[in-house]
Amino acid sequence: MSEEKKRGWKTLPKGVVPYKSSKDYKTGDWGVAKPVIDHQKCSKCTLCHFFCPEGAITVKADGYTEVNEEYCKGCGVCANECPVKCIKMEMKK
Amino acid sequence: MSEISLKEMAKKPDALICGGRLCAGCDETIVVRQVMKATRGPTIVTNATGCLEVSTSIFPYTSWEVPWLHSAFENVAASASGIEATIKAMKKKGEGPLAKYPKVDVIAFAGDGGTYDIGFQALSGAIERGHDFTYVLLDNEAYMNTGIQRSGGTPFGAATTTTPAGKVVFGKTETKKPIDEIIIAHGTPYVATINSAWPLDVMKKTRKAIEVDGPTFLHSLAPCSRGWRFPPEKTIEISRLATQTCVFPLFECTQEKGRPVYELSAPSLAIARKPESKKPIEVYLEQQGRFRHFFRPTRNEALLKELQESIDTRWQILCEKAGV
Amino acid sequence: MMIAKQKMTGLNGDEASAFATKQVDPDVVAAYPITPQTIIVEKYSEYVADGLVGSEFVAVESEHSALSACVGASAAGARAFTATAANGLALMWEILYVAAGLRQPIVMAVANRCLGGPINIHNDHSDAMGARDAGWVQLFCENNQEVYDTSVEAWRIAEHPDVQLPVMVNFDGFTISHTMENVYILDDVDVKKFVGKRVYMKTEGPRGEVEFRLDPETPITIGPLDLQDFYFEHKVQQMEAMKGALKAINSVDKEFEKVTGRKLEFVYPYKMEDAEVAVVGMGSMMGTIREVVDELRAEGVKAGLVKLRLFRPFPVEELKKAIGNVPALGVMEKAYSIGGPGAPLYEEIKTTLYDSPKRPLIADYINGLGGKDTSPEMIRGVFKSLQKIKENGTVDEPVSYVGVRE
Repeated sequence: MSEEKKRGWKTLPKGVVPYKSSKDYKTGDWGVAKPVIDHQKCSKCTLCHFFCPEGAITVKADGYTEVNEEYCKGCGVCANECPVKCIKMEMKK
Repeated sequence: MSEISLKEMAKKPDALICGGRLCAGCDETIVVRQVMKATRGPTIVTNATGCLEVSTSIFPYTSWEVPWLHSAFENVAASASGIEATIKAMKKKGEGPLAKYPKVDVIAFAGDGGTYDIGFQALSGAIERGHDFTYVLLDNEAYMNTGIQRSGGTPFGAATTTTPAGKVVFGKTETKKPIDEIIIAHGTPYVATINSAWPLDVMKKTRKAIEVDGPTFLHSLAPCSRGWRFPPEKTIEISRLATQTCVFPLFECTQEKGRPVYELSAPSLAIARKPESKKPIEVYLEQQGRFRHFFRPTRNEALLKELQESIDTRWQILCEKAGV
Repeated sequence: MMIAKQKMTGLNGDEASAFATKQVDPDVVAAYPITPQTIIVEKYSEYVADGLVGSEFVAVESEHSALSACVGASAAGARAFTATAANGLALMWEILYVAAGLRQPIVMAVANRCLGGPINIHNDHSDAMGARDAGWVQLFCENNQEVYDTSVEAWRIAEHPDVQLPVMVNFDGFTISHTMENVYILDDVDVKKFVGKRVYMKTEGPRGEVEFRLDPETPITIGPLDLQDFYFEHKVQQMEAMKGALKAINSVDKEFEKVTGRKLEFVYPYKMEDAEVAVVGMGSMMGTIREVVDELRAEGVKAGLVKLRLFRPFPVEELKKAIGNVPALGVMEKAYSIGGPGAPLYEEIKTTLYDSPKRPLIADYINGLGGKDTSPEMIRGVFKSLQKIKENGTVDEPVSYVGVRE
């Protein structure tokens, strides 16, 4: 929000209502590692989708999961929990 | 309930979306995401002050895609009561903006601070009045948001910033308030413990809690990587161990003709049937920095014994109540 | 436009508040009993039990929960009402700020009672004064008719598009709350016509313009976390709304005047045109003071009074006009600010008059704390003191207590 000028009391929404969705707040730069999913090993159990604190892992139509790196904080829960160990945390460059 | 399956629920969009500012690996969002998957229709959420509330609503951003209210720390049950009364009144009068919905569910989220301690009165009152809402306790066993201070939900022996493990006193000297029993004693129609390590169980119990008329209570453990001091990737693993060691058994309790009827859930039932599969609490404690003083500089046998015994006693009592 | 049909009936202050509220029929009433407001909750419970209202009555377990439930209800789109007094108001102090800060147009009746420590169930204004910074519109009623009228009007004031703030209807505990007077009441249909349906504030969520209430179809977040960058701006929005309330309350007053035929002002000057000594104050004691003013006038004393009905927002211009050029002004108030330069109303009036080129000598007369009777003799004593001030041209004792044994 530092780039755009912050609104003042005359233009802010009334009632202190947040007017931005947090999908505009990218938390992808928080972590030092990111998960890499090996779809060859993936059993499509969907557990990583349910264990991701951010909701950054979505289940695609074909049943495989995909990580949204714009929000992934690199916590590593998905890699730690995957029953077939198809997710590896790799350090970011 | 056939629509509650991992495959089906994976398709459902999140009510709590990405971009929130909780710590990496925080269990609260894992639990909330799972709970919110199980809503059945229009839902209004109210939230007590705490980590979840603060980090998901930093102005001008919000991570909530459902109508959401936060007013103060100790009153989430009173807020929920007001919302539920509005829904009822508008339905009865047949006028007002919420009258158009056949049903609107109310869910209240609170931490252990807002439930065991400062929020206890409001919760007890709301249950006594019989409001139709679901209360979800996100129990990270201390006042985490303000810096890891002890709460009524902090377990025996745990180090917190107000019960540090020092030279004379070794962590919290009091036991964890038996909140489930207290809520059950109120005659609450449905009480259940949930654990994000078993997402399907969480979602099924949430749906049940929503569907049951009257006040319902879901108690979730919420391991905190910062406050319990373990690496963030272990959140689910530690949550699972809590149940596997019977520190946090999974069960449901309904009321039948004024009597509480307990039922152990699959993970805990398996242990009850095969007691040798119960893991000793050490495997749970040694992973967490808040119990470090149980093991360093030397093993504190007295503490370990006291904690193991109290866990065993509570587990035994639960098994008896569940008729196992 | 014709004045609406009204019939006269005997009601005490609490009953007047409850009856007016019944006619408005808010969606949610959440209240906890405390003397001397108990008759309000009891009467309302009777209305509910007899099926005379559609309200959901939430028998909360404390005042803090009462206002919290009202905030929840109001946020969900309901008209929400509560009532309290003294320590009950003190217990909900935290939520007073929340309700105002989150712009919830809740209406609350306060049967003014002194704050405990030591406990006392009788009247003074210390409870309402403690809440004066919170951002609620505050009106003070002199008699049961005003309680009834204000209790109806309050909803339109709270929900006025330029206001959207909670409203506190104050009236003296026991003196008004428990004393029966004749009250002209409107027909249900006229009350309903006047208050209409709740008007919602327009605001902006992540998906664009939306009504400010919780609705699954238009989800918004109410009650976020503010940091240093936005909090002050949000408070200024509240302050500006309270400023705008002056004009809004006046317009609602004028509209309601047409319905009832009774004049509604922010301040009521009485015999002030040529007054040499005058008293300003709020609440039921103004009635007694008016009697004393008449007696003094008959004795040749040029006495006058100014009754203040609107306390928040503070009607600076109207007050200045009403006070006019009176040489000596006494503030009689049933409140205190221990350790302050004076009691609250005195401080506010003195501040109001400070920049005026010509201003009266002002003295503060704290009286009636804890329900001690403000008698005509005591009031005469105050006027005597004001006469001496006028003669001497100085205020030897800026703040004094009247009616206290040494």
